[in-house]
Amino acid sequence: MSYKITSKTIDDNLKRKVSEISGQMASKCFQCGTCTGSCPMIEQMHITPRRLMALLQWGQADALRNVNTHWICASCHVCQVRCPRGIEIPKVMEALRLIKLRTNENYIEPSNLQPEEIIDLPQIALVSGFRKMTS
Amino acid sequence: MSISYYPGCTLKTKAKNLESSALAAMKELGIKVEELDRWNCCGAVYSLADDDLIHIVAPVRDLIRVKERGHDTVLALCSMCYNTLARANHLMKNDEEKRKTINMFMDEEPDYAGEVRVVHLFDYLRDDYGWDKLKEKIKKPLNGLKVGPYYGCTLLRPKEVALDHPDNPSIFEKFLETLGAEVINFPMSTQCCGAYQVLGNPDAAVKVSHEILTDAVAHGAEALALTCPLCDYNLGRRQNIMQEKIEGSPEVPVYYFTQLLALALGLPAADCHLELNRESAVNLLKDKSYI
Amino acid sequence: MSTTTDETKEVSAKVEAKLIPIYVMGKKYEVPESLTIMKAIEYAGYKYIRGCGCRGGVCGAGSTVYRKPGDYKIYTGLACQTVVEPNMYLTQLPFYPAIRAIYNFHELEGKPEEIFELYPELFRCVACNACTKVCPMDVEVMDYISALKRGDIVEAAEISFDCIQCGLCASRCYGELPQYHIAQLARRLAGAYLTPRAEHLKTMCANIETGRYTEGLNSLKAMDTDMLKKTYQERELEPATAGEDWTPKDSTYL
Repeated sequence: MSYKITSKTIDDNLKRKVSEISGQMASKCFQCGTCTGSCPMIEQMHITPRRLMALLQWGQADALRNVNTHWICASCHVCQVRCPRGIEIPKVMEALRLIKLRTNENYIEPSNLQPEEIIDLPQIALVSGFRKMTS
Repeated sequence: MSISYYPGCTLKTKAKNLESSALAAMKELGIKVEELDRWNCCGAVYSLADDDLIHIVAPVRDLIRVKERGHDTVLALCSMCYNTLARANHLMKNDEEKRKTINMFMDEEPDYAGEVRVVHLFDYLRDDYGWDKLKEKIKKPLNGLKVGPYYGCTLLRPKEVALDHPDNPSIFEKFLETLGAEVINFPMSTQCCGAYQVLGNPDAAVKVSHEILTDAVAHGAEALALTCPLCDYNLGRRQNIMQEKIEGSPEVPVYYFTQLLALALGLPAADCHLELNRESAVNLLKDKSYI
Repeated sequence: MSTTTDETKEVSAKVEAKLIPIYVMGKKYEVPESLTIMKAIEYAGYKYIRGCGCRGGVCGAGSTVYRKPGDYKIYTGLACQTVVEPNMYLTQLPFYPAIRAIYNFHELEGKPEEIFELYPELFRCVACNACTKVCPMDVEVMDYISALKRGDIVEAAEISFDCIQCGLCASRCYGELPQYHIAQLARRLAGAYLTPRAEHLKTMCANIETGRYTEGLNSLKAMDTDMLKKTYQERELEPATAGEDWTPKDSTYL
């Protein structure tokens, strides 16, 4: 996936909001790609965590809204413990999730879960899944 | 020392095999714990937003219950509970501003400032009980059981609550060695099983769990030991789905670490509630004459 | 306060009561200090069409939310039970929308998963405790939700026993749960499937079926009204101080 960055696609509001919610400075990232190399969920992601950080540095709000990377992230924290710049990347992912969730929009709908699925799932899956993916 | 025991949402039902084996084992070891008489679900995942404190209220409330009881330590068995409680405790201890806000919000509770110590049974055994003392208590060593320790994420990450080195841990290996088992190291023992993505992106969770099981088997493991009901679901119970979706998926017996502990202590299999494990897990124990 | 006119004489009773200011939906009224909120609202000129039921603190229709000057806290009470206080700001919240799941009770068995399936939002609780704080019946709402999350239906049924289904918990819920409907399901499951059956009920039913009381009932049925009244009034009562071993003189139907 390639993105054309022009003055019109730059939106510093998103960058500022992510930084406020996460407490993390995207500009600290020097694009080494350790996060991407460590991420277990990479295959299903539209773009890698490294590229997500780059888009964030460039304030590419529209592009970030349309990728699933932060919704595939499982908050496993491997990227965080390995980041040479000390960026807590899971917090960046959480901020991107929350920007959507805080508008009262869900990523998964509890009411749409299949009964047999709910019966099979342990409580811990429902609690954590709803925390991460419902508003 | 007085210890409160915090079970967590899943341990009374679907992960009863984790709780009952742990309680029986701790009794046998003389570790006295008392279950909190009023506790709420910790939320399973710790809030990662700097401006969100409401999701930290739940674990802090549990820590207040421990303090109210006059206990100085709370012990968790589920690694997600451990992680959430320990991180909330870390925050209450070290972040004055957030501590004030949370205490003010919970105006019906006494103030809390991180006075309680949060432990997992693993670090309690290592730091308080001691491996040597544990070894003396082993009556039926699990000789010949080739078992891979699966750490998952939340015992090791982030660093402020890690039980051991996040990339090169040994606490689980030491535990299994003490039980007499043959420890099989495998590279993916600290890789995430997909966790809550079983809800949002189940295929992704199946895929990573499949990688972990395949890796463990490739390195010679005949079984996996783990500490978390969500890992157990992704790596254990969902092997059926995995086998449907991915051709050549292995059948791997999966146990909670406490089930292996209880068996090595010579406790009856009934304490392990093996009916909640995979059939292959029961069969392997029978083959090895552990039960 | 009331004036009744009779054909022959006029009776006028005047009760001296201090008037205090209260604010009903933001509008100030002077009302007698001894009234309940419900009476005060009527005193102020409102007429209840709904939002008022038993007037005895049980039906849950009169849930009221109020605040006091200089105090950030939200207070709640039942309008028919709570006495007015000077300068209270109040509104009644007789109803709060909450969806009750549809189920065929006879197909259920009392398993925790049945509740999880009908109310998956249960797992959105964050233990903020706003529900318990707002409950006018002092039910520990958060605690029964916690109990249900871990699958303890009987515990939840016991904790929620005093619930009058007023809905204030749902009005304040961060996780958007319909707590009171979930608790009702828990009590139903606990009552029907999870608590021991009363053995004496079985014996009693069997006694009825074998016709043990038929004769007695028939003799009652045959009585005229006066005789029935007399028999009722002259029945032997268990004295209030009777001990465990007390039995009536006529033990035919024991």
